[in-house]
Amino acid sequence: MNIRLTAFATTALGAIWGAQAFAQTELTMWYHGAGNPEESAVLDQIVEEFNASQSDWSVVVQSFPAGAYNDTVIAGALAGNLPDIIDVDGPVMPSWAWAGYIQPLEIDQGTIENFLPTAIGRWKDDIYSVGLWEAAVAMVTRRSVLEKYDIRIPTLAEPWTRDELDAALEAIQEGGEFDYPLDLGMAWSADEWYPYAFAPFLQSFGGDLIDRSTYLESDGVLNGDAGIEFGEWWQSLFDRELVPGTSQDPADRDSGLIDGKYAMSWNGNWAAANAVEAFGDDVLFLPAPDFGNGPKIGAASWQFAVSASSDHPEGANQFIEFMLQDRWQVAFSNAQAVIPATSSAAAESELYAEGAPMAVFYDLSKEQALLRPVTPGYPVMAKIFRKALADIASGADVADTLDAAADEIDADIEANSGYGN
Amino acid sequence: MATISQDNHGLRLAVRYLVLVLVAVIFIFPLVFMVVSSLKPDQQLLSDTGSLRAFLPVGDIGLSNYTHAFQRAPVGLFVFNSVFVTGLTVLICLLVCSLAAFAFVFLEWRGRAVVLSIILATLIVPFETIAIPLLLLVSKLPWIGFSGIEHGWLNTYRVQILPWAADGLTIFLFVQYFKDLPRELIEASRVEGATWLQIYLKVVMPLAGPVLATAAILKFLVMYNQYLWPLIVVQDEAYRPVMVGLQYFFQLNTAWGEIMAYLSLITIPVLAFYLVLQRAFIASIASTGVKG
Amino acid sequence: MASSLLRSDRAGWGFAIPAFALIGTFIVLPFFFAFYLSLTNQRLISPNPTEFVGLDNYRSLLGVAVVTLEPERGDDGAVLRDEDGNIEYPSLRSVTRNDDTPQYRGMREWFRWSSGDDARVVIARDVVFMKALVNTFTFVLVVAPCQAALALGLALLINQRLRGINVFRGIYFMPVVVSIVVVSLLWRFIYDGQDGLLNNLLSGLTFGLFQPVDWLGNPSTALGSIIVMSIWQAVGFHMVIWLAGLQTISPTLYEAADIEGATKWQRFRFVTWPGLRNTAVLILIVITMQCFALFAQIDVMTKGGPLDSTQTLVFQAVERGYGKQDISGGSTISVLLFLIVLCISLIQRWLTRERT
Repeated sequence: MNIRLTAFATTALGAIWGAQAFAQTELTMWYHGAGNPEESAVLDQIVEEFNASQSDWSVVVQSFPAGAYNDTVIAGALAGNLPDIIDVDGPVMPSWAWAGYIQPLEIDQGTIENFLPTAIGRWKDDIYSVGLWEAAVAMVTRRSVLEKYDIRIPTLAEPWTRDELDAALEAIQEGGEFDYPLDLGMAWSADEWYPYAFAPFLQSFGGDLIDRSTYLESDGVLNGDAGIEFGEWWQSLFDRELVPGTSQDPADRDSGLIDGKYAMSWNGNWAAANAVEAFGDDVLFLPAPDFGNGPKIGAASWQFAVSASSDHPEGANQFIEFMLQDRWQVAFSNAQAVIPATSSAAAESELYAEGAPMAVFYDLSKEQALLRPVTPGYPVMAKIFRKALADIASGADVADTLDAAADEIDADIEANSGYGN
Repeated sequence: MATISQDNHGLRLAVRYLVLVLVAVIFIFPLVFMVVSSLKPDQQLLSDTGSLRAFLPVGDIGLSNYTHAFQRAPVGLFVFNSVFVTGLTVLICLLVCSLAAFAFVFLEWRGRAVVLSIILATLIVPFETIAIPLLLLVSKLPWIGFSGIEHGWLNTYRVQILPWAADGLTIFLFVQYFKDLPRELIEASRVEGATWLQIYLKVVMPLAGPVLATAAILKFLVMYNQYLWPLIVVQDEAYRPVMVGLQYFFQLNTAWGEIMAYLSLITIPVLAFYLVLQRAFIASIASTGVKG
Repeated sequence: MASSLLRSDRAGWGFAIPAFALIGTFIVLPFFFAFYLSLTNQRLISPNPTEFVGLDNYRSLLGVAVVTLEPERGDDGAVLRDEDGNIEYPSLRSVTRNDDTPQYRGMREWFRWSSGDDARVVIARDVVFMKALVNTFTFVLVVAPCQAALALGLALLINQRLRGINVFRGIYFMPVVVSIVVVSLLWRFIYDGQDGLLNNLLSGLTFGLFQPVDWLGNPSTALGSIIVMSIWQAVGFHMVIWLAGLQTISPTLYEAADIEGATKWQRFRFVTWPGLRNTAVLILIVITMQCFALFAQIDVMTKGGPLDSTQTLVFQAVERGYGKQDISGGSTISVLLFLIVLCISLIQRWLTRERT
């Protein structure tokens, strides 16, 4: 008797549960937020609301630590084991699109109309990814320091010229108060920092990593006159001991500006909160200098895409569209100090609204941001460029190093049949 | 007379201890740095690294880094995964490798030299070399599990254990050690009609204390510190080991204090394992009846 | 008689098969696949089909040539010199980018020397690989003997019967147990060019005469710094192996030596060292192989810099395979590494063979 009742109950429950499961198809998503509780909390909230707001799809998130994320995705792709939705770092997106990891998005164009152009991942006339935020870099320093050394405070409309920057650095160096006038973050040798932070300088000199009209040749662009001029200026920073070199202690990078070791620091909005906390009203976020070709900073951060092997692209696209709303941009921005992708979201955020301490970053991103080269060959190019910068900083011959780098980039492009360009 | 030699003895003893302590200082300071730093808040930790204060538990010390570390990552889960995978691998490895080494040293059989050479040659192959081919292999391998034949070993414990269950270094260790054991014992047992298995279990293994302990700790160390392999074969958080978990702490604003706390926590199992095995490193030959 | 007692194909294979099967499947098989990959142009991420390229990868790694550069001459035929008095030579690109000598295209300078007024330049197709080769060999030649000897010294030190010796046994093993993350962070602070512990120590010992050195940022000291750190970190690993070997030496031999009034040195030379023979062979071969596989410290501390002074073979293999997404190139370096170490191990085994 009892057994039959239990069996019936179990079957009934199973049927109900099964029916429920049938109703919502599962969508798997991989995200790079493991170990970041604030970021994960926002994403979890988005997922919860999406799942509750409709009955077709149920998103399940698997989180990975950011440092290991790209390797995980590549390994997953090799093993044929990718989820439905993945997020992808902006500059890497063309590479994954070319390799067939992700497919073009099918979302309503209206939802991304007002987005910062660099937050949209386009390659070969298709949109493959969209990001909810941007990241920007600025010179972080203190008003009191600039005033002490009689240095003009640059604005977005009138940034420093190369000569002004050099003069400012040398004036600070002569004061002897700091270990180094400027901290560029050479200690962050691992990932994307060097290309993201320093290629804009090269571009501001008039050079670039590659010829963007064809994306097939780097010779003459990286090692052309502008490139060599940049290289020599770059080397002089280290020769004149204005900037700590590649042997910089990572601990110093994290705390040097606040501890008073460095007068200025070239750093991103993610580190700005610490500076605001330490310096209060004295903090300044200055735009990039103009080395002759207009001031430039890096662009494109993490963006969301649909994997090519997904069985349910409609559901994935629906979820991504849901994510693009202003309120989620504000949530991420407040949680992580990233720049919202639309001005309306920025106006509602804590840090980027009008008059807020970091509002200037939104404008920086809008005005000065230049995407890293949009080509599947970018990851290799970035590695080669990173090494060239490190070698020049350590004293290698500028022309030779840039020549070798350009040659290597060209050889790599040839070996990959042009990367689809 | 007696007094003089006693003084001499005392002095020599003191010198011996002094040498031991001096060398010990050179080797222990990273552990001290790690534990002391785990008690400090990030700002102080970073500014202390410029001086000897890095090794002193001074300033604003407390356990907040530990509580934050547990909030940021499922530390207990990772430690369990690592200890489970590592422990199982070590057990299988000791068994399988000692058996093989026994066959190489005490038996004569066709193909012995070739097989041994191949196995020793694999010592040269660094893992990074075969990571991708191995990944492709395990994603296709079949397995007979509870639900029938499954394909692909990803996201499991077995994919973290079996590829490592036998390795050339452990076999080499056992081989060289077994070569030093007295042959007469083996021959005597054979004459008495013992089977090879009996000789393995009753004669050789009891003498193998030191090498078992050595192989165990070295294998434990290598397995516990694995990073690349678990990273590429395990996507599910439930199966992740400690070194992948370490990446949780490297965010754009690195939480150095929490990293030190996490590292201190995950070092405990290895340390404990080593200290327990330590006594087994030193066998007491006198009690096992080996005559020189 | 002994022969037939010991002979047993079934038992032999039976005992060895589990290990051999595991190693064969999970190491040998993938390695053959990696070897196959080195003969193709396989990329990490690419929709392009893989092509078989034969020995191209090997050629592009190992290509070396010597070219002669004649000095620049003025209109009168005299040799031109620059302000420091050095002879001016045409840029190397005039040779490597010259249509007359297409075989040199893409090669770069490795090193040069003067022969009279001419400069003889050795150019290589992959200079970074060559530097990695030289650095790795240097590392092995310095570290292998030092680390082996130090490890033996430590093993002898902690093999004594002293009260509390267990504590020291634990401590000496610590560097091996502690994660590379902590170790690299610490040693970076020790080696820091401005405030580092080492500079402060040396400065203090010489009463301020010593000038601070940027140990990790200076190409001439970077490899040496890595060497010292590596020895410090790994010596405990080999100490433990030596210790296991020391246990196989029967105490009655020591007693016999003591009875005959042997000194400590004689004890070591005639009792200990011969008993350690097999262990010594193991240590030598294993240390050599591990030294050739130097990777983690470089990856965390210097990334091959500054100016390629700390490049190593495995680091290049990983950089090539994963960083530059050229799996075939990475596999090629791995195969070359394998062949080099195989030759060296065979030589070592031959040198240390049992002389009957």
